[in-house]
Amino acid sequence: MPQTPYEVLGVKPDASADEIRKVYRKLAKQFHPDLNPGKPEAEARFKAISAAYDLLSDPEKRTRYDHGEIDETGQERPQRSYRTYAEGAQGWRYQPEGEMDLSDLEDLFAAFGSAGRRGRGQAGEGFRARGGDRHFTLTVDFTTAATGGTQRLSLAPEEWLDVTIPAAIEDGQVLRLRGKGGPGFGGGPAGDALIEVHVAPHPLFRRDGDNILVELPVSLAEAVLGARVPVPTVTGPVTMTIPKGSDTGGQLRLRGKGIRRRGRVGDQIVILKVVIGQSGDPELAAFLEKWAPQRSVDPRQGMPSA
Amino acid sequence: MMAFEELLHSFHGLDSRDLARWIANRWVLPEPRGQTWIFHEVDVARVKLILEIRHQFAIDEEAMPLVLGLLDQVYDLRRQLRRICDALAVQPRDVQDAVRRTLPSPRGPEIPHD
Repeated sequence: MPQTPYEVLGVKPDASADEIRKVYRKLAKQFHPDLNPGKPEAEARFKAISAAYDLLSDPEKRTRYDHGEIDETGQERPQRSYRTYAEGAQGWRYQPEGEMDLSDLEDLFAAFGSAGRRGRGQAGEGFRARGGDRHFTLTVDFTTAATGGTQRLSLAPEEWLDVTIPAAIEDGQVLRLRGKGGPGFGGGPAGDALIEVHVAPHPLFRRDGDNILVELPVSLAEAVLGARVPVPTVTGPVTMTIPKGSDTGGQLRLRGKGIRRRGRVGDQIVILKVVIGQSGDPELAAFLEKWAPQRSVDPRQGMPSA
Repeated sequence: MMAFEELLHSFHGLDSRDLARWIANRWVLPEPRGQTWIFHEVDVARVKLILEIRHQFAIDEEAMPLVLGLLDQVYDLRRQLRRICDALAVQPRDVQDAVRRTLPSPRGPEIPHD
């Protein structure tokens, strides 16, 4: 996360304009490039301090920043009003408690046609209606979304439901649990629970259709000489052979280790990333100095010169 | 999707005790996750709305349940109305026309005259 302008100046978010000005003057003197010749980090710091002060010293900009309308660089943040969300699918979660009152629904249906009969006091069929649907959001981790599993959903304080997550579920899909919504009225069936599922991003795995992509760091020796290394998959680690002479960007396929659904199953694609790691090793440096490659390769070949 | 700390970071007028109280009051309903919460887009927009009501309109926390309660009712009505409109939109043309003809004018019954 980038530093806030308050953090850059080291002041509290409720600091007065006077306080901010004093702190700025002190820091600006301390890090001024003319007073710190040949120190690029002081210059960078001075720029950051100036930018933070520029934002916080302007009352209008400061207010807009505090309200989240602009970011720390003064750029407009995308503004979507609450209304956009309230009227969208997520808005159902803020349905007033008890949602659409059944007595309201009764009034509504009564208004449609049967009002006359009921109004004339005819005893007879009672009002019968299905209960309302209840809407929830549930975030599942990447591996649960890939392989399926159960996840606990909080319906209300002290009320829980263990939801079965089907394998291969995608971000934004909605699960409908029949009969887990509001109670029915006059013997009518209960409504459904509609659960919008969000898949949390994973630090290693990414999804590409039914395939799972993983970037795998390998050492220089493993890439050049080949090796057998453990690789994480959504169903647990497996051992994979890195062929001799591999390079960064090389792709290896673990068949059947992707997402499984309706009889089809994807693969896990492992993308190699060579990590030198031991670049401080004097032996490696000494070897490279003596080393005369049989074929010299320019790794930047084809790159436009900027 | 945002964590509690991340949300505090993006609204600088926001105090962690205020936000915790708003959650306890059920003014904001983030998704519980262990000891903390996950804020979805609607929840983030709702926190922004509450901040605006508190500071720009100077409405204190005692009046907040009333304001939020009325807003929630309005949005609920709008969603319910949209459901009815969506259901009408897929009806045959003559059903739609019949409904349109029988909708009373918002200005009250029309008085025929010539």
